[in-house]
Amino acid sequence: MPVQPVKFYQVGSFAVGNRLLADDDRSVQSEPGRANSLTCGHRACQRCGEALGARYALDAAMRATSRQMVAVNATGCLEVFSTPYPETSWQIPWIHSLFGNAPAVATGVAAALRAKGRSDVRVVGQAGDGGTVDIGMACLSGMFERNDDVLFICYDNEAYMNTGVQRSGATPPAARTATTPAVGPEPGNRFGQGKNVPLIAMAHEIPYVATATVAGLRDLEYKVRRAMEFRGARYLHVLVPCPLGWGSAAGDTIKIARLAEQTGLFPVFEAEAGELVSATKIRKKAPVEDYLRLQTRYAHLFKSPEGAATIARLQRIADRNIARFGLLDTDAAPGPAAEETP
Amino acid sequence: MDKPFAITLDVGSSLANKTGAWRTERPVYVDLMPPCNHACPAGENIQQWLYRAEDGSYEPAWRQIMQDNPLPATMGRVCYRPCETACNRAQLDAAVGINSVERFLGDEAIRHGWTVPVTAAASGKRVLVVGAGPSGLSAAYHLRLLGHEVTLRDSAPVAGGMMRFGIPAYRLPRQTLDAEVDRILAMGVTLDAGRPVTDLLGEMRDGGFDAAFLAVGAQRGKRAYIPAGDSAKILDAVALLHATADAEPPQLGRRVAVYGGGDTAMDAARTARRLGATDAVIVYRRTRERMPAHDVEVEEATEEGVRMMWLSTIARADEGKLTIERMMLDESGFPQPTGEFEELEADSVVLALGQEAELSLLDGVDGITVADGVVQVGPDLMTGHPGIFAGGDMIPADRTVTVAIGHGKKAARGIDAWLRGDRGGGTGRAADGGAASHAPQRLADFDRLNSWYYSDAPATVRPQLDAARRISTFDEITGGLDESTALFEARRCLSCGNCFECDNCYGVCPDNAVIKLGAGQRYEIDLDYCKGCGICASECPCGAIDMVTERI
Repeated sequence: MPVQPVKFYQVGSFAVGNRLLADDDRSVQSEPGRANSLTCGHRACQRCGEALGARYALDAAMRATSRQMVAVNATGCLEVFSTPYPETSWQIPWIHSLFGNAPAVATGVAAALRAKGRSDVRVVGQAGDGGTVDIGMACLSGMFERNDDVLFICYDNEAYMNTGVQRSGATPPAARTATTPAVGPEPGNRFGQGKNVPLIAMAHEIPYVATATVAGLRDLEYKVRRAMEFRGARYLHVLVPCPLGWGSAAGDTIKIARLAEQTGLFPVFEAEAGELVSATKIRKKAPVEDYLRLQTRYAHLFKSPEGAATIARLQRIADRNIARFGLLDTDAAPGPAAEETP
Repeated sequence: MDKPFAITLDVGSSLANKTGAWRTERPVYVDLMPPCNHACPAGENIQQWLYRAEDGSYEPAWRQIMQDNPLPATMGRVCYRPCETACNRAQLDAAVGINSVERFLGDEAIRHGWTVPVTAAASGKRVLVVGAGPSGLSAAYHLRLLGHEVTLRDSAPVAGGMMRFGIPAYRLPRQTLDAEVDRILAMGVTLDAGRPVTDLLGEMRDGGFDAAFLAVGAQRGKRAYIPAGDSAKILDAVALLHATADAEPPQLGRRVAVYGGGDTAMDAARTARRLGATDAVIVYRRTRERMPAHDVEVEEATEEGVRMMWLSTIARADEGKLTIERMMLDESGFPQPTGEFEELEADSVVLALGQEAELSLLDGVDGITVADGVVQVGPDLMTGHPGIFAGGDMIPADRTVTVAIGHGKKAARGIDAWLRGDRGGGTGRAADGGAASHAPQRLADFDRLNSWYYSDAPATVRPQLDAARRISTFDEITGGLDESTALFEARRCLSCGNCFECDNCYGVCPDNAVIKLGAGQRYEIDLDYCKGCGICASECPCGAIDMVTERI
């Protein structure tokens, strides 16, 4: 279990906080004095998943490093909405250079800190899926290969949202984007293209690779904390729904991320030195249709008779993930009988 | 130009950018009526006392119950738990065992000797309460808390009413009842036991009472005409239960038929089993579905070997045997005779056909309306005679201890308002016996909850005495929860419609626009930055946030 099991306290370990828990057992986000690395007044769209994911991850990193941390940002939504001149929303040391070179800049910062003997200061690189999966891929792979002491976080919203929802290498099959319109015999993004960067990172056999979503706060915080226990290159891939690009309703951001997990479409796992060490089990299994229906980027699947076959294909992807990463608890679910009462 | 190396621009904070201007809707924290509170005939604020019990604050939790109900240990045993029927958790796994936690808290109070101080200034008013059953005791308690002098009169030699003489000891041990009754009496209530009231107005005048609350109950068993042979043994259930409570049980024989389908019939049959009957049969003219008895009573009776004869009436009783006529239900669900008869061996017949109120004390009291054998009252439980109030089984309502306790509280508030001359103030929700303390509120129904956040946890099953042992003794059959299981059970509460400070809103806001005010203080929305996205409302487990359209 990646997340410390919390004894049964009304909401168990699923909610952000819990008045009945000791302070040390509470999530970083429940602290009144959390770092708020990304503070108010940023210009992210209403209900932005990325703004949420970035605060979750960086606040956890700030706690794990005792606030001795530098963040390096690629170009993308996160950079644009947080730093329009002369304002900044960052309450941490933060640097931006180009779209594709964030891993290389992070490498440089880490090298500079090493040269200065500042082993107490840690480096976090961060980018969207465009900056990670496509444009920054070479720099990232180099950073992995050299095993530079950087935690690189990809906030994956599955397309180039900042420039108007163009397809990226992380866009899922059948999703409609500006460059993969819902027309023709195979509407939306093609099946069989794109790349899975967490698996690519694992193939580099770097010390630590993990995935997470904004729906699993405690899991995400655990993974940041765990990543900071390693030295060398580490990679964290966080699914952050984009209400604008995905076409989801107000207030549904977390619900959609949760469904991505519970359908199996987005497997949540962690790996050390190239080996899978744990997968977060699906708690309430849902069919992919539940996830797709909430997003207008998949609306075309529900309007044509051919849509059903496409949905079935997507379901097969989810089923494959479930089998591949062991997302379903095959043993009897641990009932509360197994849970201790305090 | 004394900027650090390589820094050329001044840094401004995005806090200057008040994104609250984007908003078209705003989140608003609300407190809704949880279904349990809404269903409680005694008007308890169940969600609130469970919330207190969750962190082990048992005494504050008990004091919260005591604001509405002075008999928690008793209710934790005999209440039919409308709260658990209404509980939203039933739609997830199983309803919260509210009743068992209440019992635990009530027992804790007795164990530690917790009491409720009377802090109100003496009003100088005197109130006569007639009947020391649950309704009268509840009224006396609440009237004392409001500063009035209370005299409680009852024809029986001890207080308790039907809780003592109607409810068998295996459901309510007498030491528990005594402890709770004594706690009320110790608050300065004068008890005149063994003193029936026959001339109400005369006693009020002589005693200098400013108001009266009548709660004489429904003590007289209804009779039905049954053609019977000379030596047939027929007695009524109320008398049986009363005599058993007095430790002078009648001889019933080995085969006992109980006629009727209510809770009293079940109690009578189960009592008969404990008094040595090898065969106790309930004879009821309709079907199980139409039986007024509560499920738990029927289940426990069946477990104890009580047999049921549905669609049957007793046509004739003779020595040692009954003639039973089979019935069938017509389209309207009313039982009609079929003309088919059979015999049932029975040494005695216990009639449990309902009870009537004995209302002769009202003779000569003007203005009081009696319809269908019960006294008619207004919303504040005042009868047609100014200053005389009534509650419990003698007014039109469900006849349960919980309803009676609710009546006592409601009447106490009505009497208080009347004595202070401001009658007609809002007395809360319309449900009978309802709580005056709750302003009308929207109900927190299951659809408002985000159940993802609640851990799966089935109800803790109360240990039950082995059914075989049950029928030979009057020992209490349902065990209590120990502390850890009571705590576990309390924590199963979903806190429907009422913030329990889970920090979800504080955590999930992409704009840091929720301010955490500290333990017990809940949260506040920072409207300077809230963009009105509604994630906090969607992810609130208990549905305590509304999204409200901004006026633009």
